[in-house]
Amino acid sequence: MDRWLPFEKPLRELEEEILELERYTAEKGINRSREIAALRARQEELTRDIFARLSPWDNVQLARHPERPYTLDYISLMLSDFVELHGDRRFGDDPAVVAGVGLLEERPIVVVGHQKGRDLKERQLRNFGSARPEGYRKALRAMKLAEKLGYPVLSLVDTPAADSRPESEERGICESIGRNLAEMSTLRVPILVAIIGEGGSGGAIALAVGDWIIMLEHSIYSVIPPESCAVILSAFGRDANRGPEAAAALRLSARQTLKLGVADEVLDEPLGGAHRNPAGMGEAIKRALIAKLDSLGQLEIAELLRLRYEKFRKIGNFG
Amino acid sequence: MPRKAKNSSARKTSEPPLRERVMGGVPDDLWVKCTGCSAMLYSKELEQNLKVCRHCGSHLRLSSAERILLTADEDSFHERDADLATKDPLTFPGYKKDIVRYQGQSGRKDSMVWGEAAIGGRPVILAVSEFGFMGGSMGSVMGEKIARAAEEAAAKQWPLILVCSGGGARMHEGIISLMQMAKTTAAVARLADARVPYIAIFADPMLAGIAASFAFIADIIIAEPGAIVGFAGPRVVEQAYRIKLPPGSMTSEFHFSHGMVDMVLPRREIRPMLIRLMGLLK
Repeated sequence: MDRWLPFEKPLRELEEEILELERYTAEKGINRSREIAALRARQEELTRDIFARLSPWDNVQLARHPERPYTLDYISLMLSDFVELHGDRRFGDDPAVVAGVGLLEERPIVVVGHQKGRDLKERQLRNFGSARPEGYRKALRAMKLAEKLGYPVLSLVDTPAADSRPESEERGICESIGRNLAEMSTLRVPILVAIIGEGGSGGAIALAVGDWIIMLEHSIYSVIPPESCAVILSAFGRDANRGPEAAAALRLSARQTLKLGVADEVLDEPLGGAHRNPAGMGEAIKRALIAKLDSLGQLEIAELLRLRYEKFRKIGNFG
Repeated sequence: MPRKAKNSSARKTSEPPLRERVMGGVPDDLWVKCTGCSAMLYSKELEQNLKVCRHCGSHLRLSSAERILLTADEDSFHERDADLATKDPLTFPGYKKDIVRYQGQSGRKDSMVWGEAAIGGRPVILAVSEFGFMGGSMGSVMGEKIARAAEEAAAKQWPLILVCSGGGARMHEGIISLMQMAKTTAAVARLADARVPYIAIFADPMLAGIAASFAFIADIIIAEPGAIVGFAGPRVVEQAYRIKLPPGSMTSEFHFSHGMVDMVLPRREIRPMLIRLMGLLK
């Protein structure tokens, strides 16, 4: 792994030490395996320690980690088949959103999700996971297909924000988000949502109105990027550099979102983050999904919709 | 305003008359600067013109009280849930102080007012943003009030009239504010099954989490001229993408030209149009 976050510096240094020892072993033929094992044990202990004490800002960096698995990674890990669909049937396609039909342990399922990119070229192609109206409308089309055929929907959420450029405004970015909120709230099939990275505000919730909201341990869900919050509010001196303080104030971690009654389940990630063991993470998500699909599948549609309405209806603190 | 305000019977008698609350108790010969052309406008004359600048046509922002006065039939508005206030779910820095300050300034407990009213003699549920309260931002209270207004409209089978403005989801309530987008939209979406019309009036400015939730899914959208409406404000877009937007970007007229609103109406034509719609949408 060649990308380390700043708070992982001690781990990177250990890794470099270990790699050096392994190179030495290979070159000189001298066995240093006991030292290497000891260093690996030390590395694991240190990783546990660091990841047990993550600051909100560390959390944000992890959620945005460039090696974190994305929607397409989990689709290929979890589904035995997947046919991707394209286009909104009005204007165009949006590579920032993936939508399609697949098989989850032999059961047909529709999957929608945001897709960021790995290298610079892909990131630009996918607009860094920032969806346009076409993306939301494509997702809606796929969800309506699920409704027509009685398949459940899985939504994988990972976006910094929706696209706010004039072109998106021209094609009704606001309406496309609002429409998805309305349609998802009444979609006559179970909807499972997993926030796998960044739950970036309106752009995220447009794919996140569901019956069960899962968050991966290091994912975040926020009404506004912490940096933007810091720039806007005098409480943070209108200073983007105070993003870390805003991140803490916003309580945007998975566990905090669970505590606030917005997330339903937090899935532990492999030690060090999902990118350390994407297959393991995929397996964990799959198991959680299947368990929930079984129970949601037992409900009458009217009851499913009533519960979904109440789920969002009861969110709010007032008196 | 063309009609004199009187106390709404739903309010406590110890409060000052509505007109005094609306004008803040200041003398009539106050001069107001137009936010569009910077002309100095004589406040009494401005009031007569429904707070529209007679030089440039800019539609200046209305308080919820002013909006209700010129939208609903005289004395017909009965406010519901006036005392609903937020509880600071995140214990956000400075929020409690802001709430107290805005409650004092605006005379409202939060950024939305809803209740029963009549328009052209026809009963409606009317909900109006209060921009003066934290920029009309949506937190728990606005979300709850919109949900209640929509549910009441469905239950009573009365049209829902929503005057939408505001800067977006209120960041001080974090993810709770974001969820109000889903809560409010789900509530108005139920008006489809209830077969109840939902009419939205867009007033300057209407942005972000408010624009991207319940606003654009109304059955009929009436937008005021020149209102800034959109996902992000024009200045934010210009800064973020380092571009210069053409004039008129993200205004009501822009959205009309792109098929996103039904009509752009000068303020004085909105109430007559609503009365006409009430006659049509039986």
